[in-house]
Amino acid sequence: MNPAKLPWSVEENPRLSQWVDFSEPGIARVFSAKVELGQGIVTAIAQIAAAELRLPMSKVVVVSGDTRSCPNESYTAGSMSIEVGGTSMRMACAEARRAIVERAAIMLNADQSSIAAEGGLILLDGAPSKLDYWNVAREIDWQLPISGRAPFAALANSTSLGKSIARLDLPAKVTGASFIHDFELPGMLHGRVLRPPSYGARLESLDTSAVKNLPGVVKIWRSGDFVGVCCDHEYQAVKALEGIGAGARWSESEVSADSRGWRELLPTLRSIDSETEAGERPTTLKNLRQLSATYSRPPIAHASMAPSCAVAVYDQQGLTVWTHSQGVFPLRGALANALGIDESHVAVIHKQGAGVYGHNAADDVALDAALLARQVPSRPVRIQWTREDELAWSPLGSPMVIKIEGTISPTGDIVDWSSQIWSGPHGQRPRPHGPVNLLAAAHLDPPIPFPEAYEVMSRFAGGARNSEPAYDLPHRKIVLHSLPGLPFRTSALRTLGGYANVFATESFMDELADAAGVDPVEFRLRYLSDPRARRVIETAVKLAGWPLNGERGKGRAAGIGFARYKNSAAYVAVIVNVEVDRDVRVSKVFAAVDAGLVINPDGVVNQIEGGIVQSVSWTLKEQVLFDGRRVTTRTWDQYPILRFDEVPELAVELIERPDSRPLGVGEAAQGPAAAAVANAVARALDVRVRDLPITRERIVAAGTAQ
Amino acid sequence: MSTTHTIVVNRQSHQVTVDHYETPLLYVLRDDLRLKGTRFGCGNGSCGSCTVLVDGHAQRSCELPMWSVEGKSITTVEGLGTLDRLHPLQRAFIDFQAGQCGYCLSGIIMTAAELIGSGGEPSREKIVAALDANLCRCGAHTRIVKAIEAAWKASATGVVR
Repeated sequence: MNPAKLPWSVEENPRLSQWVDFSEPGIARVFSAKVELGQGIVTAIAQIAAAELRLPMSKVVVVSGDTRSCPNESYTAGSMSIEVGGTSMRMACAEARRAIVERAAIMLNADQSSIAAEGGLILLDGAPSKLDYWNVAREIDWQLPISGRAPFAALANSTSLGKSIARLDLPAKVTGASFIHDFELPGMLHGRVLRPPSYGARLESLDTSAVKNLPGVVKIWRSGDFVGVCCDHEYQAVKALEGIGAGARWSESEVSADSRGWRELLPTLRSIDSETEAGERPTTLKNLRQLSATYSRPPIAHASMAPSCAVAVYDQQGLTVWTHSQGVFPLRGALANALGIDESHVAVIHKQGAGVYGHNAADDVALDAALLARQVPSRPVRIQWTREDELAWSPLGSPMVIKIEGTISPTGDIVDWSSQIWSGPHGQRPRPHGPVNLLAAAHLDPPIPFPEAYEVMSRFAGGARNSEPAYDLPHRKIVLHSLPGLPFRTSALRTLGGYANVFATESFMDELADAAGVDPVEFRLRYLSDPRARRVIETAVKLAGWPLNGERGKGRAAGIGFARYKNSAAYVAVIVNVEVDRDVRVSKVFAAVDAGLVINPDGVVNQIEGGIVQSVSWTLKEQVLFDGRRVTTRTWDQYPILRFDEVPELAVELIERPDSRPLGVGEAAQGPAAAAVANAVARALDVRVRDLPITRERIVAAGTAQ
Repeated sequence: MSTTHTIVVNRQSHQVTVDHYETPLLYVLRDDLRLKGTRFGCGNGSCGSCTVLVDGHAQRSCELPMWSVEGKSITTVEGLGTLDRLHPLQRAFIDFQAGQCGYCLSGIIMTAAELIGSGGEPSREKIVAALDANLCRCGAHTRIVKAIEAAWKASATGVVR
């Protein structure tokens, strides 16, 4: 079923030629600015195109994330790639096939109803004609606008849509080169960049005399507090960076980045406030009881497996950058702004990197590469960050504090719900025609300072994501205190505020249920009229066999968490089993997911599994620490993530809804998984930990306080 | 001071000259021999992305100075199998769709290659123990363990597809 409204990507890129091309015989080339981050989007886009064009997948080539040829779809983010990018591709390809049928009918002087376009061939009354897609395509005006009304292929007839097609990119990744890191151009130089030791540090002096004579050093370039080096070989650049670091004298200052007690610190900071309120408090209920609880999450690092990397070349054509950025078009604009050149002279081309979970250093390293490439015209320059810089200088997921107050009646009716959220910005990605937010730009002479938080302080701000509980509450009030002045750089990390808000909301639901003496599943269902929400909870309960380990304080228990991501994407309910001995161990996780129409079921399951595991890692282990000047969690020892022996068993069930529109899943499981862990720990220990991560120290502290 | 070393990589002998005597094997594999399936992750042996086999043992190539691998036989993921002749492990990773971004996979596959090559009864516990120092950030762990288990069972029983 076609949606009534054109998706944003089609509105912005309305012509068929922006999406599909038949100029190479035997191949349908489709163009998408949605890029592969490890989530399988390129395979899904190929599945969609193959289904709508009625071609085998082997005849479909996806060109992804290239400013020279792709439609400008801005970022690959927000679990919108299938919802918006996929639906747009579906419309474009359905329209292309319809155009082919219409034109073929004219060319064969036949009625449209006797024509079929199938597998690349034009069939006339079911038999092959002299025409195929490609010789018909030559006669079509591809400047046609996409109407969105060409009928979609039926799921039942498709060999690609709704099928667990194996990832197209995986074979290369298990056999050899496939990442931006592995990309090599003739004459390419290898570079490194020296980062300041702390926020606000200034480079007082730099002695490079010892480095200049090292083997392979081609160029050392300093501008202000930025120093980069280019060498013939990569390890030469590693050594040169060591030497440059040794010859640099910095002056540092306190910036009061203090990691102790986010729950105390954040509410004291300057804030920009917004408020939403809905419903009426019932006035007839008596003997009401008020509950209040405050929750927090620390800053979290992306902690990609690979340090960020980019390749750039400056030549007569201008600047060309190969990047693992999530937004080639916004990056093109930001680079042009930072470098003071016209955007038309910049080409940005996506190459796969390690998993990115939001706005990490991919864009920053692209500017590093561009700056150094400008110093060595016509020579490609490859820059790779260090592990330490990746953990310390990538934008972080913002710390948050959430205070919730609720009023319940003696029979457990929620009368009132109000929450206050304190959060730094989550949406500070580079914008094409706005402020530059690229690390190196702030260190240059003259600097382009980091912009003050430009994320709109409204209900669209990332901190508000999932702050509205999905429950039918008579009255609720949400106040968002946006904090523009955090002393460190924060931006988009998977789910934005959704992870912490769902953790808090779902923890509080359990606290209310406990106060009312009601089973947490039953309590949730009381306040859910949406049948899809009820169904995921009921499915998870059935999978897990709730109630499990119901007895309190015995060290083993189950917990539940539920959310509909953004209140508009996929519905996910998660039940976990935990065992708490010295540490918390999540042993089993059961998840039920309603993602509407699913393009690739195994791809969705893989995303949900990964989302759960990453969330368990965030929830039990992760926090970025500071010493007053700098991030001190710079290695995998200092910033541990979940290891193989700590990963739970997983069971995921998809609820099929082939007639519904597709709903994003990439960020849908993290919040529910965190809440389920917290609720299970609370039951296992009879102690509620409200400050993440749930470490041994936090459990002891919470136990002492309660 | 530059030094010259002879190493055998994927059954082929190479003589390479490096500028710094402590140049890690990783950079020689990637930069000189252009075998880019071995990946840099951290540079101090704590993530496992750069794992290769040195005389059959899984080792971190980012921490192995060239002088320490003189004359040794090294296997990288390229030497394990190719797209048209996949090793059972590579085959299993594709069959189980055991990965998301895939950056950690070659190191994990090489760690598993030593385990499988060492014989013994396949077991999930042994796999998890062997992967103790390999990190994956996307959360593909459970699929990875299943893929290795399947490949190990297949090779233990001689049923290699």
